[in-house]
Amino acid sequence: MKKNDWILIAAILAVVLVAFLAVNFFKEDGAYVVVRVDGKEVAKYSLSENGEYPLNGGTNILCIQDGKAYLTSATCPDHLCVNQGKIDQSGETITCLPNRLTVTVYGAETNDVELVG
Amino acid sequence: MKTKKVAFLGLCITLAMILSFVESQIPVSVAIPGIKLGLPNLVMTFLLYKVGWKDTVIVSLIRIVLISMLFGNIQTLTFSVAGAIVSLLGMILLKKIDRFSCVAVSVTGGVLHNVGQIIAACLWTQTAQIAFYLPMLLFSGTVAGAVIGLLAGLMLKRFEKWKL
Repeated sequence: MKKNDWILIAAILAVVLVAFLAVNFFKEDGAYVVVRVDGKEVAKYSLSENGEYPLNGGTNILCIQDGKAYLTSATCPDHLCVNQGKIDQSGETITCLPNRLTVTVYGAETNDVELVG
Repeated sequence: MKTKKVAFLGLCITLAMILSFVESQIPVSVAIPGIKLGLPNLVMTFLLYKVGWKDTVIVSLIRIVLISMLFGNIQTLTFSVAGAIVSLLGMILLKKIDRFSCVAVSVTGGVLHNVGQIIAACLWTQTAQIAFYLPMLLFSGTVAGAVIGLLAGLMLKRFEKWKL
């Protein structure tokens, strides 16, 4: 390895560090999740209410429990979205690429929210 | 193209395909889509130094098409091509600059592969929020790329006197 290699790796890691700090700085406890399919908002659910919601006509099932959101089942073969676990901080996102579906957490103060469900 | 070269590149495609398959069999416990070691990149980094960028690009694209036909679908093909194009471009450029070793070239490949795939995912779902994964992927791409780059360096050393 040359010296330049170390410089490049250090530079990338510095970018990563800044990104992590920025994400953590703006992070807050989530208040609700937004479900998007093909980029369009299709549903909003409050994190303070427990419940199970079929999404996208049943391709994925969203579960909200104890202020955390997670997917319990999916029709896709890889089940990566289910394995992504629970999210409850603003900005955190679960993605199901085969169904083009995302679930993103938002914090409380983000303007007027009309909660559905 | 000499017969020996054709045979060698064919072997490389096969090797890269096997590495893709092996990698797909490794269960990833981290729940972030896109985190991977990038084993096929070992072949690409090696080839980039050994036979030049044109053949590397050809080998890479053939591997992707074949692997997608065997195990994937149009979605995996899209994402693989997106990652490969961005990462190969970066690797070729970095090697042309000639101030870095194959470790930096491989790290660049790993990181840019993730960047390309995130861009593809954002376009695929029309959702920018997916960029949320980027910091984690940049980190894992750097580590994986460094490991692969060190391995490629060892291989290049062993094959130093070997010529096509």
